[in-house]
Amino acid sequence: MLDRALTGSSMYYKLLGVLLILAAMGLAAFCIQYSRGLTVTGMSRDVSWGIYIAQFTFLVGIAASAVVVVLPLYIHNMKEFGKITVLAEFLAAASVVMSLLFVFVDLGKPSRILNIILYPSAGSILFWDVVALSGYLLLNLVIGWNTLEAERRGTALPRWVTPLIYISIPWAVSIHTVTAFIYAGLPARQYWLSAILAARFLASAFCSGPALLIVLCWLVKKHSRFDPGKDAIGKLAIIMTYAMLTSLFFLGLEFFTAFYSGIPSHMEALKYLFIGLNGHSGLVTLSWLFVALAAAAVVLLLSPNTRKNEGMLAAAAGCVFASMWIEKGVTLVVAGFIPNPLGKIFEYAPTFPELTIALGVWAVGFFILAALYRIAVSVKVEAAGQAVFRID
Amino acid sequence: MEASRRKFLRIGGACALGLGALGISDALAGSSEERETKRAEALSAARWGMAIDMKKCWENGKPGCIECILACHACHNVPDIGNRKEEIKWLWTEKYENAFPGQLSGLEPPAFRERPFLVLCNHCANAPCARVCPTRATFKRADGITMIDYHRCIGCRYCMAACPYGARSFNFKEPREHIKTELNRAFPTRERGVVENCNFCEERLGAGKVPACVEACEKQNCGAMVFGDLEDPGSKVRKLLAAHFSIRRKPELGTEPGVYYIIQGAHYA
Repeated sequence: MLDRALTGSSMYYKLLGVLLILAAMGLAAFCIQYSRGLTVTGMSRDVSWGIYIAQFTFLVGIAASAVVVVLPLYIHNMKEFGKITVLAEFLAAASVVMSLLFVFVDLGKPSRILNIILYPSAGSILFWDVVALSGYLLLNLVIGWNTLEAERRGTALPRWVTPLIYISIPWAVSIHTVTAFIYAGLPARQYWLSAILAARFLASAFCSGPALLIVLCWLVKKHSRFDPGKDAIGKLAIIMTYAMLTSLFFLGLEFFTAFYSGIPSHMEALKYLFIGLNGHSGLVTLSWLFVALAAAAVVLLLSPNTRKNEGMLAAAAGCVFASMWIEKGVTLVVAGFIPNPLGKIFEYAPTFPELTIALGVWAVGFFILAALYRIAVSVKVEAAGQAVFRID
Repeated sequence: MEASRRKFLRIGGACALGLGALGISDALAGSSEERETKRAEALSAARWGMAIDMKKCWENGKPGCIECILACHACHNVPDIGNRKEEIKWLWTEKYENAFPGQLSGLEPPAFRERPFLVLCNHCANAPCARVCPTRATFKRADGITMIDYHRCIGCRYCMAACPYGARSFNFKEPREHIKTELNRAFPTRERGVVENCNFCEERLGAGKVPACVEACEKQNCGAMVFGDLEDPGSKVRKLLAAHFSIRRKPELGTEPGVYYIIQGAHYA
């Protein structure tokens, strides 16, 4: 089946080519970082994690969100999701690869990464996250591959795969919970030290993941003969809407606790993000962009007319994705370090090599995703008895 | 051909899984690796700790005295990076409001607010840095010292996110080029990409000597820094703490810091 990734339209090859160039640029930037050290990044003694770990966190969420397709299909027998479950599983697999790569590029000593396995530490949440993510990657590849193979042959799913599917459901929830625990258990960081952080992570995952999936389905429909189906997209849109509202509600809870209690250490990071703190306001513009995008998404999603319009829904999904990327893929991690444990502020901004590496990792992920989707779509088109790829 | 390649991949995958599982079982079993061997002249304690008498520090020392910091950084080959973004520091000074954030009454004598407080790794009994380390490169010794294995650290900086005292520094660039003091060949320099912090001079304790900062302070006839066994009621540090009011940094976090600050009344008017 793998060979199908090697055949495709000229547009497919162009896409792969562009992604390959971006990945190569990322690799070049990583070589610079590898030879000169993390000094080439914007990270500092005070803000010791930046865009890499933020992307890792965000992408674990995208990976976990495959569960919003898998769970309704296998537990509630919502058949309309049958057509897109492989797409969701492959998106999860590509996202896990990206998140693991982001951990790798963040290391000061990448050559020692195997120490995580050679000298494992049961008390370290990061260790458990690596374990959980590796397992999840394997689950999604095995399940996705076998689902597709069954579809290609027109046979039923092998029986041994079904238990794996049921295991993958709580496993998806666990990867993002464990990722939240990386942050939520640190006595040093008041902005992260919140019991609702894991719930916030899951809620934002369950809107940003489906948002990306909706956009991807829209693209697949536009550029191939495979139609993911109006029903599946409609259901996804509803799930995304609820998750988006829940996500914003949870964020609101953080504001209430911080500002009604009036405890300075709880208010500081939020103040830094939205109004600036002691004259430092590096993330204020971005934070209000988050608010604007989130508001636009809610307005578009709450009205059934816009939600049911294909183009408008894609736009709304774009707003959901972008707003949640800002919140979880940038500001959440950075603001945790501001102010530092001594009450001082040292701001963070990513550097050009840092952004190039980050873009390169995204490109690697989307390269894998494009190849996996190419396989999935060609199998689905063939299985449906339709003619080959329209753009072939 | 197809079938045998598949079989190979399957077996390979199973083996990889098995190896991974080994790691997990290792982690669950926990580790009680004995990494310490003691020399006859070594100083030992149930739990090493320190008391810093700030009034003595300010009044007995020469104006602007930082002999302890210089001694520490020279003895441990601490590089002088020269910028706030990537600075490496084991022992340094902070104002009261930064060493004890949230503890400012707002009506202190202005002179007091400007006074330097010495800050360093607290060698917490419940050290968050050691708890979060994914490779056990940061670990607690039986005598309470928080240690870093520079050869095992992967540079993930999780410990820096976890430390409530900002006590940890990361080598963003090659540190050896920035060592401005005479190289101490008895102590390892570090590589780029690893985290470091105060080790309570465990290498000196092993050789029967008190920490470099304490020795430097004594040389100044200042006597502000007292080092000793926190679990021995007869130790100098315990007697001092029993006789004076002292505070610790962020005790509400439950980390049980091992560094105490003696605050004696002083007249500033």
